[in-house]
Amino acid sequence: MTTDPAHTSPLSLTVPEPEFRPGDKPDYSTTPIPRAGTVRRPEVDEDPEQFRELAYTIIRVLNRKGEAVGPWAGLVDDEMALTGLKDMMKVRAFDARMLMAQRQGKTSFYMQCLGEEAIACAFEKALRPGDMNFPTYRQQGLLISGGYPIVDMMNQIYSNERDPLNGRQLPIMYSSKEHGFFSISGNLGTQYPQAVGWAMASAISGDTKVAAGWIGDGSTAESDFHAALVFASTYKAPVVLNIVNNQWAISTFQGIAKGGSGTFAARGHGFGIPALRVDGNDYLAVYAVAKWAVERARRNLGPTVVEYVTYRVGGHSTSDDPAAYRPKEESDVWPLGDPIERLKNYLVGRGLWSEDRHTQYKAEVEAEILAAQKEAEEHGTLHAGGKPSVRDMFEGVYKEMPPHLRRQRQRAGV
Amino acid sequence: MPIEILMPALSPTMTEGKLASWQKKPGDQVSAGDVLAEIETDKATMEVEAVDEGVLGKILIDEGTENVAVNTPIAVLLEDGEDESALEGAGRSAAPAPAPVEGAKETPAPAPAAPAAAAPLATSPASDEDKYFTETKTQSVREALRDAMAEEMRGDGNIFVMGEEVAEYQGAYKVTQGLLDEFGDKRVIDTPITEHGFTGLGVGAAFMNLKPIVEFMTFNFAMQAIDHIINSAAKTLYMSGGQMGCPIVFRGPNGAASRVAAQHSQCYASWYAHCPGLKVVSPWSASDAKGLLKSAIRDPNPVIFLENEILYGQSFEVPTDEDFTIPIGKAKIERSGSDVTIVALSIMVGKALTAAEELAKEGIEAEVINLRSVRPLDTETIVNSIKKTNRMVSVEEGWPFAGIGSEIAAQMMEHAFDYLDAPVARVCGVDVPLPYAANLERMALRQPEDIVEAAKAVCYR
Repeated sequence: MTTDPAHTSPLSLTVPEPEFRPGDKPDYSTTPIPRAGTVRRPEVDEDPEQFRELAYTIIRVLNRKGEAVGPWAGLVDDEMALTGLKDMMKVRAFDARMLMAQRQGKTSFYMQCLGEEAIACAFEKALRPGDMNFPTYRQQGLLISGGYPIVDMMNQIYSNERDPLNGRQLPIMYSSKEHGFFSISGNLGTQYPQAVGWAMASAISGDTKVAAGWIGDGSTAESDFHAALVFASTYKAPVVLNIVNNQWAISTFQGIAKGGSGTFAARGHGFGIPALRVDGNDYLAVYAVAKWAVERARRNLGPTVVEYVTYRVGGHSTSDDPAAYRPKEESDVWPLGDPIERLKNYLVGRGLWSEDRHTQYKAEVEAEILAAQKEAEEHGTLHAGGKPSVRDMFEGVYKEMPPHLRRQRQRAGV
Repeated sequence: MPIEILMPALSPTMTEGKLASWQKKPGDQVSAGDVLAEIETDKATMEVEAVDEGVLGKILIDEGTENVAVNTPIAVLLEDGEDESALEGAGRSAAPAPAPVEGAKETPAPAPAAPAAAAPLATSPASDEDKYFTETKTQSVREALRDAMAEEMRGDGNIFVMGEEVAEYQGAYKVTQGLLDEFGDKRVIDTPITEHGFTGLGVGAAFMNLKPIVEFMTFNFAMQAIDHIINSAAKTLYMSGGQMGCPIVFRGPNGAASRVAAQHSQCYASWYAHCPGLKVVSPWSASDAKGLLKSAIRDPNPVIFLENEILYGQSFEVPTDEDFTIPIGKAKIERSGSDVTIVALSIMVGKALTAAEELAKEGIEAEVINLRSVRPLDTETIVNSIKKTNRMVSVEEGWPFAGIGSEIAAQMMEHAFDYLDAPVARVCGVDVPLPYAANLERMALRQPEDIVEAAKAVCYR
């Protein structure tokens, strides 16, 4: 050790702050947003060293005029674009009804994905049956886009007699092996190394299935995120590692988790994993990037990190109030716009959709959701009507029920 | 029929709130989704949205009203074609339904919604602090925890608080309310979401002689940090030959809340109590919370401080003297009795007191011991009680296998065998991951009637 007097001034700590807090007037006019169509599209087998810049830009397809432009355009045909719009509208209608159901006390908890619908809805279209998502709590679009029954989602939320998870799990913590939707874990980050492990198992078994891990910007701070990237990189696991950067982890702005990394996508580079950054509010761009990354995994070229830049328009859940930590008007001026409006404008521009058709379909899908809600409520809600079977409470602790649980069940009189 | 608009529950544990303001006035047309009012809870301010269409007929609860119980009718909505004559009698049909919080029904007075005056002081016999600290004020457990931290932080600049949402948001459960304002962002620190990371940081800071209070949003999330807690915080004093210790407090809600299911409803008392090097504290009342947290912060060892979310809103009398502390390792006899000893911790103390009242009606006088500390365990107080009652029931929320009750039963075999007239009975959570659905959750958690049944069994009644 030396006692060099040149370095004795006191140290100080840096605590990052978001750009805007309640009371500030949010302004993103100086935030650089690349023009749609300007980012190149590498071949999936290109040397990742050659496209490192894709982690620092934003891949966009839909421009301000509602046109699909650039090298990432042209992958979504008209029929799929229409389906995409309808899927997103269904997710939004579903969220609105379930949010109200929570306010009415029909369930204790809900989490909507308002403003983020494009990400899960478009990503699902890039997968094949048998592939597995390890989702977090804002990917209901994966199920809805994949055709999972809305009524079953509601039955789960209401924890009623038809709850496919037997009243055991929190509302919205869906699980469907058949739909490639792994049981949601409430513990943040765990899904990331598990997705990598699942993908490695697929490779070890000589299978053709790939996995997709999902994580939010805040949870990338978890050790699990970093461990997942080490393994994915080392073993070139067939996995897509999705980071949904919706700017806010409850009240914590994304800069707290990102630190000096520049972007979340760029975290991949430290592990030698190619990384893309995409406009999460652009259905066409999300699909194009998802398809690229899934193809890379399928062709055994290894993992890809994808950061979706988006904005959480609603609260984190029904238990918080965003007005306490960010300006109310922040979502209105968010520069990437609304995913439904943007795809709608594209379809209107192509003569496939109109304002009238949009209004009509919105009413149709709301009626469909309402009908599903009525059906689900016939089987009970949190505090009323049909309840999950008490017998089931003792099932599933172990594959086979041990004698002490059998005794407990008998004592409970069921 | 006019539609009654009820005070909504905005989170599973909300039982009451303040009606902050009305955004619509009688006569206004309302569409589904319109914001009708703003309400404030202890956690946040929220908007109440209209669910149905119609005209706002009548406001039943004025803005500014505090402590409005969940499910109280707050306004009446007129449907198409109805006029004000339809309002006759509206709003009186439904008395406030019980809050949709199972915990509120399961816990004894004071239920979370009860005003402060309903605190169960009558059941508390004299204890040491009652003897020495006569001046008290009514406080919620949440406020007592906050005051304990603030008082200690004022006196010692080395103490700081870190965790998710502790600063800007004032704590996920509002326990750190006001601390950021008073102590600034160098001492009240929002962390990135990584219990593993910030627990390691806290342990490192304690090695450097700061005194961190690490808040876990819940102890369920601390499982990824358990390596730092057990292998580093608990053992470094020992491993370093006494050179470096770890004066740190890990605190946050433990155990089941309401309807948060398997991954968010576990009691970790026996997990941590197993490990030498750690002290484990589990308060019940606001007085416990304040006195024990101050002791935990002053303690030179790592202390696991297990709070309970359902208790946060409950009020008790708390000594006002800033020198009031409760020694770690000392239990409290909450109710004297001669027939059976009931030993409980945390939220189960309240259930045990309710059970004791039931037993009294049947002529069985139970002595209820509030453990307060799990490690070190106050074996002496329990043994002395058994010498009097000759019967014991241990009550905990956690699972039976290798639980706190198992340890107490073993210790009573060693220290009180000759005084026992019946085998020690354990009341524990059902041996399954906690289910979500209300009916299943209630069955899986132990209720006062289970304690009554066990107490009667050891009395051979």
